[in-house]
Amino acid sequence: MGMTITEKILAAHAGREKVEPGELINVRIDLALGNDITAPVAIREFEKIGVDRVFDRDRVVLVPDHFVPNKDIKSAQQAKIMREFARKHGITHYFEVGRMGVEHCLLPEQGLVGPGDLVIGADSHTCTYGGLGAFSTGVGSTDLAAAMALGETWLKVPESVKFIYHGEMPEWVTGKDLILYTIGKIGVDGALYMAMEFTGPAVERMPVDGRLTMANMAVEAGAKNGIVPPDEITRRYVEGRAKRPFTFFASDPDAGYAREYDFDVSKMEPAVAFPHLPENVKPVSEASGITIDQAVIGSCTNGRMDDLREAARVLRGRKVNSNVRLLVIPGTQEIYRQAMREGLFEIFLDAGAAISTPTCGPCLGGYMGILAEGERCIATTNRNFVGRMGHPGSEVYLSSPAVAAASAVLGRIAAPWEVK
Amino acid sequence: MELRGRTWKFGNDVDTDVIIPARYLNTSDPKELAVHCMEDADPRFPAGVKPGDIIVAGKNFGCGSSREHAPIAIKAAGVSCVIAKTFARIFYRNAFNIGLPIFESPEAADRIGEGDEVAVDVEAGVIRNITRNETYRATQVPPFMQQIIAAGGLINYVAERMKRDGKV
Repeated sequence: MGMTITEKILAAHAGREKVEPGELINVRIDLALGNDITAPVAIREFEKIGVDRVFDRDRVVLVPDHFVPNKDIKSAQQAKIMREFARKHGITHYFEVGRMGVEHCLLPEQGLVGPGDLVIGADSHTCTYGGLGAFSTGVGSTDLAAAMALGETWLKVPESVKFIYHGEMPEWVTGKDLILYTIGKIGVDGALYMAMEFTGPAVERMPVDGRLTMANMAVEAGAKNGIVPPDEITRRYVEGRAKRPFTFFASDPDAGYAREYDFDVSKMEPAVAFPHLPENVKPVSEASGITIDQAVIGSCTNGRMDDLREAARVLRGRKVNSNVRLLVIPGTQEIYRQAMREGLFEIFLDAGAAISTPTCGPCLGGYMGILAEGERCIATTNRNFVGRMGHPGSEVYLSSPAVAAASAVLGRIAAPWEVK
Repeated sequence: MELRGRTWKFGNDVDTDVIIPARYLNTSDPKELAVHCMEDADPRFPAGVKPGDIIVAGKNFGCGSSREHAPIAIKAAGVSCVIAKTFARIFYRNAFNIGLPIFESPEAADRIGEGDEVAVDVEAGVIRNITRNETYRATQVPPFMQQIIAAGGLINYVAERMKRDGKV
């Protein structure tokens, strides 16, 4: 039997011809990632090992993005621990405020991850890079500490689940809607410990930004990784960006899958996930009428250029409802600049939106848009757990940027075509 | 080794935001984290939990964020172990790495009630419900992960290995 793309990348990094699901293997890592919440814990553990340097200062990436610009004294202390570690060890890819971005928007953009890479990060959404045809997965701080010392980690080879998306995507249906729909079908543990492989004509036509969004939320189905087979669209994205050589892997025709799903996207509507799990998914037409207090457009899920363009398309010439606060958070400094150049900021400002410097802030209820008791938010983020964006008595609905923008205009959850 | 305590019962898909909300992640001090452990799921928990107590939950325990602060908070709150039907994968790794014992046992998760007295034989993977006079089995832990436990967590394991290889 052949191998899946995930198995091939793992085998290549284990120095093996072949690996099989269920095997425990040691793999060489191309990149290890930490942020201002997880790295301080990793650094504390790293220092217990007793080594005096990281395995490769070019392959450890540290991005302060969750609580920066520092939201309070305690988070300033955490950010400082990471900054001082980066200086002490001469970490090449440490990104300071003003040059940083939301990590999973930043790394692909900067060409630090590419097809065929094996990446681990102390952040659950590290699975995002599967959108470029990499194997990438989230781990905890202690795993990051060990990886920073060894340059390798242990992994259990996951079984793969194949998702085939057929048909033409209707207007306003995006990668976010496909992944929400998928999580709605299989549940928040529907791919527990597994690899989700996203294929089919609809994915083959999808730009990289949408593919990154889909892979980003694989963890919301319990998956170890999400992956899109790389193609010409991938090549156009990574060429000129990639800082290291990349390799295109593809699944063999006779590769083994635990399950296969066929979805017809042509009948899909934009999707909305209701509180308090990402699996509570309904078509937007069934969410219409739910009033909102806040809308957030941004995050590692939907903070890229295509996302901001989509939101701007809805907001152009329109005003945010008087009962709503709309926050727009470009994912990186580059995206921020590009959005400004394209005139999107004029559209957002004219609509009455607040534009923030890149940060994860509101997505995890850190800062910059915390909800009060009883408040409701529609967000392009990835989780709607109890208290995720603030008070445990608040609510988060997940959607695409177009739906979040339309909802901000109408003051209730709405489809983009309802905005007249 | 035997772990023994009263149980606190929770449902399915207990996420790491509920175990330790992000509003407290501006510190990584285990004692500070423990004070807020599980407070959004059961406000009585942080003040009521006693050393040795056991968390029992349904499927997919620890889903969501990779924050190691979640198992750290549970351990620092004095919880001796967590028993669940299944665990989310990052939480599963993290728990082993930091030395918080966890046991997968659908039967135990179904049968054990809130406040039951439970004793767990760690090596044998046998869970004894003293209140109900029942016994359940936990899923076998892979040998490699047993080595991590035996070393006292991943960091000790890595330090020993690097010392052996002459890299420390």
